[in-house]
Amino acid sequence: MSFQVYLASILLASTALYFIAKSRALSLKSIGKLISTPGYHGLYVFLLTFAPTLVFLIAASLFENSFLQWLVVRQIPADLMIDIYSSDYAYNQIINVANGIIAVDSDNLFHILGISLYEDASSFIHLLKLVSISLIFGLLGLYSYFKVNLKFNARISSEEIIRKILGGVSLVAVLTTFGILFSILFESIVFFQSVSVTEFLFGTQWSPQTAIRADQVGSSGAFGALPVFMGTFLIALIAMLVAIPFGLLSAIYLSEYATSKVKDFMKPMLEVLAGIPTVVYGYFAALYVGPFIRELGTFFDWDLTSESALAVGLVMGVMIIPFVSSISSDVISAVPRSLREGSYGCGATKSETISHVVIPAALPGIIAGVLLAVSRAIGETMIVVMAAGLAANLTLNPLQPVTTVTAQIVTLLVGDQEFDSPKTLAAFALGLVLFIVTLILNIIALRVVRKYREQYE
Amino acid sequence: MSNLKKKNFMHLDIVSKGLKKRYLKERVFRAMGISALLAALMFLAIIVLAITASGYKAFSQTYIETEIVLVELGGLQDRADINYLGLIRDGLRREFPNLNSRAELADLYRMVSIGAQYELEQYVNNNSDVSTSPFVFNVLASSDVDMVSKDYFKDTINEAGRLTEGQYQHYLHLLEKGRVIKKFNINLFTRGDSSNPEMAGILGSTVGSFFVLAITLLLSFPIGVATAIYLEEFSPKNRFTDFIEVNINNLAAVPSVIFGLLGLSLFINFFNFPRSAPLVGGLVLTLMTLPVVIIASRAAITSVPSSIREAALGLGASKLRVVIDHVIPLAFPGMLTGAIIGMARALGESAPLLMIGMVAFITEIPNSILSPSTTLPIQVYLWSDSPERGFSERTSAAILVLLAFLIIMNLFAVFLRKRFEKKW
Repeated sequence: MSFQVYLASILLASTALYFIAKSRALSLKSIGKLISTPGYHGLYVFLLTFAPTLVFLIAASLFENSFLQWLVVRQIPADLMIDIYSSDYAYNQIINVANGIIAVDSDNLFHILGISLYEDASSFIHLLKLVSISLIFGLLGLYSYFKVNLKFNARISSEEIIRKILGGVSLVAVLTTFGILFSILFESIVFFQSVSVTEFLFGTQWSPQTAIRADQVGSSGAFGALPVFMGTFLIALIAMLVAIPFGLLSAIYLSEYATSKVKDFMKPMLEVLAGIPTVVYGYFAALYVGPFIRELGTFFDWDLTSESALAVGLVMGVMIIPFVSSISSDVISAVPRSLREGSYGCGATKSETISHVVIPAALPGIIAGVLLAVSRAIGETMIVVMAAGLAANLTLNPLQPVTTVTAQIVTLLVGDQEFDSPKTLAAFALGLVLFIVTLILNIIALRVVRKYREQYE
Repeated sequence: MSNLKKKNFMHLDIVSKGLKKRYLKERVFRAMGISALLAALMFLAIIVLAITASGYKAFSQTYIETEIVLVELGGLQDRADINYLGLIRDGLRREFPNLNSRAELADLYRMVSIGAQYELEQYVNNNSDVSTSPFVFNVLASSDVDMVSKDYFKDTINEAGRLTEGQYQHYLHLLEKGRVIKKFNINLFTRGDSSNPEMAGILGSTVGSFFVLAITLLLSFPIGVATAIYLEEFSPKNRFTDFIEVNINNLAAVPSVIFGLLGLSLFINFFNFPRSAPLVGGLVLTLMTLPVVIIASRAAITSVPSSIREAALGLGASKLRVVIDHVIPLAFPGMLTGAIIGMARALGESAPLLMIGMVAFITEIPNSILSPSTTLPIQVYLWSDSPERGFSERTSAAILVLLAFLIIMNLFAVFLRKRFEKKW
């Protein structure tokens, strides 16, 4: 049975129990006085049966495939595994044969055994799933049904259950963070067993294309990620050089000078700029800005590529303008009026007030906004993937092509991959660095913003 | 006395001396602000105009009017055996009676798309009244002809583009006779990806996007709203709920690639979910948009004034009843707006999907959440890589469609906000 069928049946069964419990409570009414209304009794039974069974169903559906693989692979005899590369590969073969994607070769012992193992294991798992779900549902149903009596306060109990469900659901966000942390950390540790941390962080040679066959030329990859970090830094720097002046100045204009009409028009326009998908910016950078800069280079007799860091940085900067501007304008509007009025009273002009009073007062918030923007710039992926090269040059020259952490992660992981090669794992190590750096930037920024807000509230 | 007056006067003098300069500075500062804003607006205009200019032509497609003669057609039952390719070729050949050599004919035949025969087959099958008398059919032209007829090479050295000299002459001949026509490019909206630009469409990726978004909405909206309700209405104020809060704010700023890494190692490697499936894409984007939905829903819940809660509590409602009967209905438009904005972000997202294998050449229209598929932004990414002119035109067209979807979603969010927002 598929997930949907299970879900529908559980929902149906729980709803049926709702009405059964309700009618039982109604029938009890003739004996004495119910503490809770019959509807709450029904609700209690419904919640107590539906929620845990659903949680179990979700967990079972998540782990089902891995469990199936484990069951099948452990039963394949070792002598049949010799000509197969890995257990993952063997299992994929079996699935493809069983699903008819690969024609069954009746002479191939592996195929014959594989199909029978697969079919046995999957019918076992289906049976196990059906039995355990029915068992859980049945036990909970019986337990909750017999709770329906005169003295039972079903309202308080069911509200307690709902509160618990809400609390449990709010853990998803926490679990996501831990999921990210553990999945990246786990793969990175495996990576750092073959490449040392110092070599990865400070090595200057980056060529992760390890050969598939051992006798190929250049089979040993080099994993010194310094050029990659440098490229990320360079592009983020260029982006910030564009985004900070434009973003800050437009924020100042919008919150200090602009009439409400201009504001009403410009704010949504900036939101549109922020809402354009990054793939569009990437396309624009690759198709227009890169070649444009190359043409500009030929004008000065420079031989440039169209994948320069400058092109990527400029477009990324434009993308981040609305981000800087919206945070800064929030922060600037939070500066109390009294400060401004004090400054005007001393005879300062508006621009003097802004540059000597408002901006210094808003500075912590603005810096926090800039930090968030930096974290966004170094995490931006599509623009770099589409418009920056893959050449890992250790350079600070904006006219050279560079590569970034995100671009490397994507290129290392797109396409076919074996999960145990250092090449694939290197992407996770880069991801770990990216995650840590952006996390630090975010935490600092969020803390500063919080403190700043408290200061003027 | 007079001394003091003089001193004051001197001070004023100093002030007014500097005034001119200071006012100039003021004007300069103001001008800088305006120009920064205008520059941002200009960037937006440039991007939109450049994409529109390079993409609008993809909405039309070149066809060659060709006379088709279904002479051998005996009855309806024979229709499956018709050699449609041959019919089209015969029609073209009749147009150019003086072409004889194989090479010349092959050159001529290459001017129509290989998809033309399927279109003719479909046409004949759908119109049972087509008779044996000759009729005129619009044969789908090849991408090379399409590019030339759309004037892409008009002012360049090689006006023929990728057409051979002979093909270009045929094209000019057909053009003169009015046989080259342009129609709305329906293929763009009814087909999946293809290696031939003239037959490549965005339906497959649009359906993929739809599946992904449906899963994302179905999961992130209830989870996000439940989390927001818990945090705002029920949670005790302690360190753990503080931790959840910090956590959500941080999650909102985690780069999207990281979610791709999570999806790859958790869903595909650990849970063994199929690659390239909208299910995994939807799960990954759910985790990614969850913080957006939570933050928006919390804002919507806090904007409900506490007097309403207190009134309900005072009338004897339980905390849960207050939330269900009053807080949620009042906060619902705000929550929905947040969800739509989150969905718009998810629709434009592509980086995490690249990593879970949703970037593949898939020609079929996906029919379930487990069948391999791509999404609209990924289709843009895939086509943008292709050197052919026909694809670069379609890339821009796909971007325009994507932007249209985003605008519709955002307008809907604005509409909801305007229509239902209450100022307390």
